[in-house]
Amino acid sequence: MKPTRAVGVIGYGGYIPRYRIDAAEVDRVWRGSGKKEGQSFKAVPGPDEDTTTIAIQAARNAMDMASIDPNELRAVWFGTESKPYAVKPTSTIVADAIGALPHANAADWEFACKPGTEAMQAAIGMVGSDMARYAMCGGADTAQAKPGDVLEYTTGAGGAAFILGPGQESVAVLQASTSYVTNTTDFFRREGQEYPNHGQRFTGEPAYFHHIRSSVMTLMEEIGAGPGDFTFAVFHQPNSQFPLRVAAELGFARNRVEPFVLTNLVGNTYSGAAMLGFAKALDVASPGDRILLASYGSGAGSDAFSYEVTDKIVEVRKRGVPIERYLKRTKSVDYAMYARYRGKLRRN
Amino acid sequence: MHFARSWRQQSSNLRLVGSRCTSCGAILFPERIRCSGCGSTELEDHRLSGRGTIFTVTTVFEAPRGFESQVPYFAALVELEEGPIICAMLTDVDREDVSVGKKVTMVTRRILAHGDDGPIIYAYKFTPELAG
Ligand SMILES: [Zn+2]
Repeated sequence: MKPTRAVGVIGYGGYIPRYRIDAAEVDRVWRGSGKKEGQSFKAVPGPDEDTTTIAIQAARNAMDMASIDPNELRAVWFGTESKPYAVKPTSTIVADAIGALPHANAADWEFACKPGTEAMQAAIGMVGSDMARYAMCGGADTAQAKPGDVLEYTTGAGGAAFILGPGQESVAVLQASTSYVTNTTDFFRREGQEYPNHGQRFTGEPAYFHHIRSSVMTLMEEIGAGPGDFTFAVFHQPNSQFPLRVAAELGFARNRVEPFVLTNLVGNTYSGAAMLGFAKALDVASPGDRILLASYGSGAGSDAFSYEVTDKIVEVRKRGVPIERYLKRTKSVDYAMYARYRGKLRRN
Repeated sequence: MHFARSWRQQSSNLRLVGSRCTSCGAILFPERIRCSGCGSTELEDHRLSGRGTIFTVTTVFEAPRGFESQVPYFAALVELEEGPIICAMLTDVDREDVSVGKKVTMVTRRILAHGDDGPIIYAYKFTPELAG
């Protein structure tokens, strides 16, 4: 799929909370198996942070980079599965915070780890059809896990925002996008339940791998490209092994993928995961580079995108905040502080 | 629940919108209807940059109602680059990194949630500028 007029990213930004917990610390509390420290961490939102505040900061960083009048945004669309309000959109608060209201469509996208790229496809359609000059999309999460569940080792927090606009203003122009979606239930949370349920091993081959392989192969066929045509490839990253394995299966060289797998540093940021990886790729890309982005959401499918980086990237990204700065800004917390920050301790 | 009050304060809470006096040029925060410098009522909305420096700071251990979950926290007077000095909480910072004159920038955080079923109030806090 591609729009009738050229569309691309005119600015982007990410955000990662400052606190980190070592997976070995989670393991110490629940299993005590002596897991080695310093191997993998996840980002923990501070006591005053949630998906809305993460999305706001990512959106502000994107706006600083794009340097446009917020009143020219016709859409502010964030995807998340950890909304602070069950009823009342997050995106209205984000849109208000960046000054985009009232003449913008502000709405939330939802479910699994890929609502952010669903919003990206819609934003591409909106700009590509000339309904809007600019549209913002993004994904942010403070991922939930039942204390002691295997998910608790990796459920992180973070997000990223992208502003889509006309191709000639873009730092990266879209070639095409595809979706590969089936009705496969491997991960879900029933209404009213606090934590999600997952299908353990079932989340691998028939879910993550099949969907990403299919969306990416369809995309490459559509634009007549092979893995060797891409400088970088960014995949959804629920852990650090899956994206490397799917990349190898598809024929992408490891060194073009690994720098954008942030799971060992920040955990799985769900709706933010592939998008933060994409932002980091844009941080280091050169004009002419091609970047593949492929998201995955359990029970939701996979969206794939191909972007070509333009000359504008060099000057424009100087106005933004490199993802690396958030990766370096860390303060480690133990399980007790993590439990307090995440509201797992009830005082009444 | 103060729906109307928090709704009225949203532009200052979320975007640091203050007032600019069209007579003497003074920048005021939060929004005013009369200039505290020259008395003029000819004021226009003005969005502040969110950059400033710590003027004074104190650590709060006994918090007012609704803020108990955040103690200990830093309450500061922040001098904004446009002139106004405002009272705000600092966040994402440790005691050893807090000092008078330190450069800070505005971020939006959860300030207050009215119980488990009330509205969440988002507003400004300040944090040290991100190291390059
Ligand atoms: Zn005046």
